Parts: sequence; C-alpha cells; structure tokens
Amino acid sequence: MKFAAQAWSNGRARAGVLQLGSCPYAIETPALLLSTRKGLPTFVSPDLLPSLPSPDSHLLQISPLHFVEGLSSKTISNIGGLPKMLGLHEYGFAAVLRDSVVCLPECDSTNKTGASFETPCGRLLIKPVEYMEMISSLKPDLWATLADEVPAWVSEKRNRTSVDRTVKWLDDCMRLSMTGGDVFGAIVGGSSIEERQRCAQEVVRRSVSGFWIGGFGLGESMDERFTLLTAVTDNLPAEKPRQICGLGLPEEVLQGIAAGIDLFDSTYIYHLTIGGFALTFPLDGIKRHVSKHVSHSQLSDIGRDHTKINLKATIYRKDTSPIVDGCNCYTCQNHTKAYINHLLNVHEMLAQILLEIHNTHHYLGFFRMIREAIHEGRFEQFRQKFIERSCDHILTAALSA
Amino acid sequence: MALRFEILGRFNRARAAQLTLPHFVCQTPLFMPVGTQGTIKGLTTNQLEEIGCQIILGNTYHLELRPTSELIDELGGLHKFMNWPRALLTDSGGFQMVSLLHLADITEEGVTFQSPVDGKPMLLTPEESIQIQNRIGADIIMALDDVVRTTITGPRVEEAMYRTLRWIDRCIAAHKRPNEQNLFGIVQGGLDPVLRDICVKGLVDRNLPGYAIGGLSGGEDKDSFWRVVAQCTAALPEDKPRYVMGVGYPLDIVVCSALGADMYDCVYPTRTARFGTALVPEGVLKLKHKAMADDVRPIDPTCRCMVCKNYTRAYIHCLVTKDAMGSQLLSYHNLYYMMKLSRDLHSSIIQGQFPEFVRKFLRKMVLVLEMALTFVPCIFFINFSLFCFVFCFFFFFTNHELFLVNLDHFFTNAELPTSNCIPFLASWSFHVTKSH
Ligand SMILES: [Zn+2]
Ligand SMILES: [Zn+2]
Repeated sequence: MKFAAQAWSNGRARAGVLQLGSCPYAIETPALLLSTRKGLPTFVSPDLLPSLPSPDSHLLQISPLHFVEGLSSKTISNIGGLPKMLGLHEYGFAAVLRDSVVCLPECDSTNKTGASFETPCGRLLIKPVEYMEMISSLKPDLWATLADEVPAWVSEKRNRTSVDRTVKWLDDCMRLSMTGGDVFGAIVGGSSIEERQRCAQEVVRRSVSGFWIGGFGLGESMDERFTLLTAVTDNLPAEKPRQICGLGLPEEVLQGIAAGIDLFDSTYIYHLTIGGFALTFPLDGIKRHVSKHVSHSQLSDIGRDHTKINLKATIYRKDTSPIVDGCNCYTCQNHTKAYINHLLNVHEMLAQILLEIHNTHHYLGFFRMIREAIHEGRFEQFRQKFIERSCDHILTAALSA
Repeated sequence: MALRFEILGRFNRARAAQLTLPHFVCQTPLFMPVGTQGTIKGLTTNQLEEIGCQIILGNTYHLELRPTSELIDELGGLHKFMNWPRALLTDSGGFQMVSLLHLADITEEGVTFQSPVDGKPMLLTPEESIQIQNRIGADIIMALDDVVRTTITGPRVEEAMYRTLRWIDRCIAAHKRPNEQNLFGIVQGGLDPVLRDICVKGLVDRNLPGYAIGGLSGGEDKDSFWRVVAQCTAALPEDKPRYVMGVGYPLDIVVCSALGADMYDCVYPTRTARFGTALVPEGVLKLKHKAMADDVRPIDPTCRCMVCKNYTRAYIHCLVTKDAMGSQLLSYHNLYYMMKLSRDLHSSIIQGQFPEFVRKFLRKMVLVLEMALTFVPCIFFINFSLFCFVFCFFFFFTNHELFLVNLDHFFTNAELPTSNCIPFLASWSFHVTKSH
C-alpha cells in the first residue's frame, strides 16, 4: 500500500492518493469505500460495476462476518481469497468486521477474550485468533484490527476497558498475522476525549500502515463528534491514511473530512436505496437547486428534502425524466422516474438495482467535488454552502408546516 | 399482419426460422422469459440483451392493475416504459385471472372476476383484453381464450373450445392496431384430438399471423402433452409461427421443437433461480445443497456466461435464498442457458445436425442419471427414487445404446406413435419435471 497526502484545506481537511495491492489504480482521497454484502454490492451485479465511475468505485469494504455461515475458511482459501472468489480483479478490498447494516458490535457480550457482534447468524464472539484466520483466508488488501466498540453512553470505566482491550487485540492480531495485507490499527475510546487520545497515542506507537477509527455512529451527537474526531486525528501522523465507520450522511462525511478523515464506507447508500430514495443534490457545488415550480407545501408532503427524493411518491407516477437531468449513470441514461416508481410499487428488485447504481454514482460525484474543493483550498466554503442549503430547506419546511 | 416468418432450415418436422417482428428480428426456436410486471426479476434490460433475449413476455393482468395500460399508453407504450428495444408479447390476461383468483367465472360475455383492489365484480371481455393489449403495445398479442385444465374432461372442454372460436372473431374485430401488433389465436380442445382438430381448422380459416397451442402444462402426462403438440403442429400452416404456451423445461422445448414448434415461454428458469436451482446440461443443480459449500467448480464448467466465468458453486451457495445477488446471478445463468439452448436448436437444424444435437443433449442428462444409479454421491436428481428405479430397470436390464438409438429413431422419424420407447420417454420426462 502507498499513501500520500497532497493538499490541505482549512487546517485538517486533506486530499491524497491511495494505492492498494490488488487495485492497479491510484485512488484519490477522501474516498468512498463501497459497502458490500458478502463481497459484492448489495444489488449491483459485478458486470454492472464497471459502469460506475472508475477508478473511484474500485475500493470495496467487506465484513468477514458475512462468510461465517455458508463458506468455510478452507474453501475461501482454496478459491484463492477475495478477488478470485468475487471475480473482481482490479479492485482493492478492505476488511472491517462491522458492516453497520446487519453486523453491529454488541458491547455487553464482549469480554476480554473477544469482541461480540449481532449478525444474521445470531450473536457471535470473535477472538483475535479466529479473526486472523478469516483474514488469512480472505486475503484483503487491508484490514482493521479487532476492536471493542462501545456506544456513547457507557461508563468511563467501560470506556477505559475498551481501549485497553482494543490495544491488546491489536498486538495479538499483528502477532498472529500471516498475510501480506496492510494493517489499520483500530482506535476506539467512545465519547471520552482522554480515552480517544490515549488510544490514538498507543496505536501510533505500533507499526501499522494506517488507522481505523471505530466507535462512531453509535449514539454520539454530531455536536460532540467533531471534538472527539480531532482528539484522534491530531494525534495521528500525517503520512498514514485514516478510515472511519459509521459516518454516512453528507453532512457527517463533511464533518469527518474537516477533522482529517480519508476513507468512508457507503452504508448510507444502502439505507437510501432500501427506502426508495435517490440522491438529487446538485453536484456543481455552487448553484442553488430548489426547483421553483414545486411549492413549499409539496416539498414537505413528498418526503423530499434538498438532497434526495423518494421515488415511491405518487408525483413521480408519470414523470418521464431521469432522476437527475444530465446524470450519466446507467439508471439515468436508461430509465425514467415513472418506471422506477412503478418498480417500487410492485416490489420489483430492479428498483433497488437502479437506485443503488444512481446513488453510488451520485455519492462518488459528491466525493469528487469535495476533493476538488480541498485542492482549490476552499473546502470550508464548500461545506458551509452545503450545510446552508440544508438549513434553507429546514426553514422552508418549517415555514410551510 | 405485422410479421414475416421465413423458414431457414428444416429437419423432418423441426424448423429453424427468422421471425421479423416490428421491434426485432428473431431466430426460432426461441424461449421467451416472463417479465410479469415490466421487468425480468433482478436483471437490467442491458443484461437481457447481452444474454440474447429476443422476446420478453408481459402479463396483461398485472400490468393493467399496476401501472395500468392507460399510463403505459400515455407514456408511449411498454417498450418505452421499460426501455426494452426488442420484441414484447402480452398474454390476454384471462389465464392469470382464472389461475390467480378463485372467484373468476367464465360466461359467454367474458371472464368475470372480483377486483383485487376493491372486491367489486369486474368483467374482462375479448374486446377489452385486446383494447388493453393495444394500449400496452407489444409486438405479439394473444386472443382471450376459454382455458380449461387438461385434467378436466367432458362437455366443459367442448364448450371451451367452441367459445374460444367465437371469441377469436370478437378479438379480431376489436383489434385496432393490426399493422403494428400481431394477434395470435390459441388452439384449445383439451386432450381430445377431434376437438383440437376442429379448433385448429377454425383458427386457420381466420388467417392469423401466428398460432399458439394452449391449455397444456396443466398437469397432463407427457405422453398426452406430446400427442397434442404433434397433432396441432402437423395441422397448423407451415408459414406461420407456432407457440406452445407455458412450456419451459429444457427437455420439453427440445421435444416440441422436434415436433415443429417455434416459441415457448415459462417462468421456470427465473423462478427456480430464486429457489436456488441452476439449469445445467445434466439437468438441475441445487445450489442450496450442503455439498455445494466446498465445491470450487463453476455452476456449469461448459457455460460461458458471466456467472460461470467468475464464480464458484461454493460462493453462489452462500448467496442463494439469502441475498438478492444470489437470485440475480442464478437468473442470469439460467436465462443464458435457455438462450443458448434456443440458439443451439436453431443452428443445429440449419446445419443439418439436429439429431446429433438431440443425442448429445439427452446423453448428458442420461450420464448423470447413470452416476446416480451407481451410488456415486451425486448432487443431481437427489430425490427421484421412483424415477431411478424405472431408469435402473432400463439401464441394467436393457441395452443402454439401444435405448439411445431408439431415442434417435424417435426424433428422426417424428411420427407418433411409432416407437416403443415413447411410453418410457414419457414417464421419464414426467418424473424429471415433477422433481423440479
Ligand atoms: Zn443517475
Ligand atoms: Zn453460466
């Protein structure tokens, strides 16, 4: 793995380049890792993946927990690991246990021997040795070490324990590691600034290739999050990449980038897609894009806000325009809102396929805009503009209520 | 008439043809996947083109419920609505009503049914079925017929046949777009050769663009099924396409093609995919089975589809019936298999290799059965003990080669019923299909 931070904007926000083992392309950061279900996107089949922007879409995040049921480590090894098993040869794979959709940390059952997760196959306790077995059969390009993630409301004592365990497991994982993949050291600490700092400082002392920041998106407020994030990133060396789990909304991503995070997951896209939502915010970054002909009351009725629309809404029944005019994704190039509205009404799987394609395409575009803003030194303006528009919308909704 | 049907090659009764429809030039024999609600479950239209689908079937009953034919019409027809540039076929809607709603009742006027929306009694007349199909705009539309299960006997079958003939005139009269859409008539008459004959003659007199053989695949035994198909194909005009409705098992398609049929449709390949079953030259492969968890071979090592080129049985095993991707990938493979079968039938007939193709097709299935019989742990045909018994008998107490020769004889001299093997072949197929 190679990583270089190349440009900074407004202090901590940074743009860089990441090169992963099995991916022949250099990926620009901040980047979105596409969340997967058993290694493939939830709905976008592998032959449709190349229609997404390249190389931006070539980083995939996988959860080893998805393979606990159905496939033995031995079989995965026999097949030859992730790229071979998934038939994706020019993609980079990052392994993280928590997928933030069906596999979530369950801190009450975690003990000193291993971390506990709620998964589709029930509650599982994963010990470092088992985790490393999974990693050595999957052979991801990079993997985060085992973490004891705790929600925001746990006691100071539990928080301290989680940091102690996470650091110990990091040593265990690295000692047990038999693969060539790059190690991202897990940093936890819940909502305690001191514990976050302590964990970061401990992990930095180890010879890791990068950092995986856990324990976010677990009940903390957005207001307290920024201080917690910077408590971590201010202790990390600039030359190594930083990955995070649990920040999905555009404003959360912007907050993470402002704190100096480089890599995000795409569970947000999954949630949008399942709900019938399509991202529509403008990708030019400057222009205001509230359509004049839609009245205020309509805006609040149809479950649309300024970033997305819900295609289940009846107003799209006869709408023969694409989700976003000028969008060059497969969905917008081939299908209308009316067709997707019909597919959602009759519960046809193609709806989710088309929505996941568009939403992924659109969100990758959002990340591209962010990188441009950083390179041009105007990240903070960009972020302000984006949040301002959200506030406009909240105001609009309030006025029309 | 909005089609051209040119026969490019024949082998006895089997024929390979080019069917030119308003939206696509098709090669027959062909299989049409069923896209009930304006989509083939889990596949994009681009993928369907890539796989080689030529005609997709839409179900009038479902499309009329949602999004309604008025809306489809307003938005420019079904082709445009679902962005499918190739050919489409819609059924009349009658069969779906009779099979889905137990409260459907057939009178001379039409099919009366209870609206699934508000429970009110509704009536689908031949005129209305055609009107709806005219709005949807498929290349081929089907006449409303009076469908009776083939397991029913007695005067009801005769009544249904004559009613189908009376309704075809009402359909023809109601058809407003004969230059853009082809109305196919449907031969009814149950298993009664006399009734089937009257129906074929009646329909042929109307000089329709194409003909369908209806009322089959409803639980009749294979012996009766083939007799009806053979009788109808023999009596239908040579220069018009023949469509056997609801047929989709690979073996049935091969047999019907040998008997001179051209088009087939069935939900089987996509439905069975959702339950974790793949179509392979040897029959079927149940990916849910535990033995698949360590199998690092592709679904079908001879298949050249995107799925078989990239994925192991083990990986598909961990996806099927749990993740959307499992049914997407299996549907892709299964439809690819059906399209390949259609293409192989077409080219083998043209190249004069039809008997060789049929022999190979059967031999592959037979080989695996042989394995099952010798107690090699075999994942195919797991639960057909009865069939195995029958087959075992034939295998070990008769001459294997002789049996295949008989099959060849059957296909090259497709005169029914001449060969001793037919009753046996019938029972074979019956058990194979039952196990699906
Ligand atoms: Zn789009
Ligand atoms: Zn295949």
